[in-house]
Amino acid sequence: MNGIGYKIKKTILYILLILLSVVCMFPFLLMIVNATRSGSEIMKSFTLIPSVYLKENWATVFKYFNLFLGMWNSLKVAVPSTLLCAYFSAMTAYALAMYKFKGNKVLFMTILIFMMIPGQLGLIGFYNLCTKLHLVNSYIPLIIPAIASPGTVFFLRQYVLSVMPPSLIEAARIDGASELYTFHRIAIPIMSPGIATMSIMGFIGGWNAYLLPMIILNKNEKFTLPVMMATLRASTDITANQGAIYLAVAISVIPILLVFAFFSKYIISSISAGAVKE
Amino acid sequence: MGKNKNGLKKYDNVGYFFVLPFVIVFCIFSVYPVLRTLYFSFTNAKIAGVGVTSWVWFDNYKRVFTDKFFWRALWNTVRIWGVNIVLQLGLAFLLTIVFSDIKYKIKGLGIFRIIYYLPNLIAATSVAFLFQTLLDWRYGTFNQIIASIYRLFGANYTPVDWLGSSATAGVTIAVISSWMWFGNSFIMLMAGVQGISKDYFEAAAIDGAGRWTVFGKITLPLLRPMLLYVAITSLIGGLQMFDLPYLMSNPAGASYNSVYTVVMYLYKFGFTTGTTQTGYASAIAYVLFLIILAVSIIQLKVFNQDEEKAAARRAKKRASSKTK
Repeated sequence: MNGIGYKIKKTILYILLILLSVVCMFPFLLMIVNATRSGSEIMKSFTLIPSVYLKENWATVFKYFNLFLGMWNSLKVAVPSTLLCAYFSAMTAYALAMYKFKGNKVLFMTILIFMMIPGQLGLIGFYNLCTKLHLVNSYIPLIIPAIASPGTVFFLRQYVLSVMPPSLIEAARIDGASELYTFHRIAIPIMSPGIATMSIMGFIGGWNAYLLPMIILNKNEKFTLPVMMATLRASTDITANQGAIYLAVAISVIPILLVFAFFSKYIISSISAGAVKE
Repeated sequence: MGKNKNGLKKYDNVGYFFVLPFVIVFCIFSVYPVLRTLYFSFTNAKIAGVGVTSWVWFDNYKRVFTDKFFWRALWNTVRIWGVNIVLQLGLAFLLTIVFSDIKYKIKGLGIFRIIYYLPNLIAATSVAFLFQTLLDWRYGTFNQIIASIYRLFGANYTPVDWLGSSATAGVTIAVISSWMWFGNSFIMLMAGVQGISKDYFEAAAIDGAGRWTVFGKITLPLLRPMLLYVAITSLIGGLQMFDLPYLMSNPAGASYNSVYTVVMYLYKFGFTTGTTQTGYASAIAYVLFLIILAVSIIQLKVFNQDEEKAAARRAKKRASSKTK
């Protein structure tokens, strides 16, 4: 069975898989190489050998806009919204799973329904609400709604039901622990793998979000990184230098690559979990 | 202790306190906007909150159904999604076959999975500018690479304006979108395969089933619901496509008419200064929602049918094995 034909075929399969990996990474490689080349070099020919214009490109990019400010703004949105989403989703999920209060089922059904409602449906009403509350150009509409994330609550509810026996709560009650104490000291640690999985995806989603921040923010100094990147479209002085565009894209990509390098396991498992829950 | 009826009630009331923050924020930022949009869709609001707004009932909806630009947008969206799903799911499916093959036992799933997923992590804005620059028809690196390959064979390459001509723009966006999403689909399909009980494969191995028999009789039927699920979730997301086509096209460009999508059309009336017609944009949002809802209902129907058929098959098998 394991003849030479088998080995050849297996090698071909590996080569194809590696080729596909190259297809996935090649645009990023070109991006990094081109980020070090001058505009005229890029226009003339392509190469995989880095050039020496990184500094000039850097100067061009930052003359036009401050990407670090964009990153800082993205952090100011993504970090609080991720934390709020994690804490309150865990709390809501825990209550839905562990307490039999009136309206529990109704709330759960509502959550299921809103999971299926596409985000664009409420967009106009959301913007209208923000103008009425004078929240345009504020980060509040990008952060506070994270407290109510139906998808995360649904996931964590299923999670807590599968990992936490109700007897644990009973035991804590007998020991005289308050309900909030039980949630903080017993439930959250047990739920933490599930919370971490959802948080990383939530953070990446918040960091990459484009449509909503673009609608809510219209002052340059408030722009998050994706919105700032999108202004590249309108700028002619920077598009004249392709090297600078590549560098800007590269800078915008690096933070998320770092996150991925550390948390890829969680990310992959959350996609698998999302698939299996169906 | 704490087991009596009153005690239990007292504890359960804590649940209200726990869900309260969620409920408040949910009502303000999720439920209200959705209802507010519904209200707008029945009015002639130009810019929300400015000027006099009066009820026009179904006029906006009638307009959506007769608006040929809306149907054009829907057709563009479905077409880009269609090319994308064939490529993306086809590739993910092939990879699933390779990685679940019982003969070749390909290793390295962990690392390949991560690499294939990488493009999905990058913000669409960054992907859009990266490819827009790489695909620039005069100075872009992609055309340079193709030209040099042509030169190797002594041929001459006329640069293609991938994103600028209406013949290629839609397909180009679909290919980039597949590049972004096939890793995601692959991970989901693999999760489906790993969810299949090992017993099936072991039993098949004992029976001496060949790998294609195993694939055709075990993997594929059990993976069918997952394939469908991936396709439908992709369709629901695909109908809301915005970032890539919006950033990679130019309203003044020749290709714009073949790539503008429903949400781009909604954005034009909902949020673009000068063309704002809040009432009409709201109606577009609701029509799109109804289309997505219809798709989801069909999905549920097909799923249930699938389940029933599978159950019938199992029952039949049990009956026949008993008679043996």
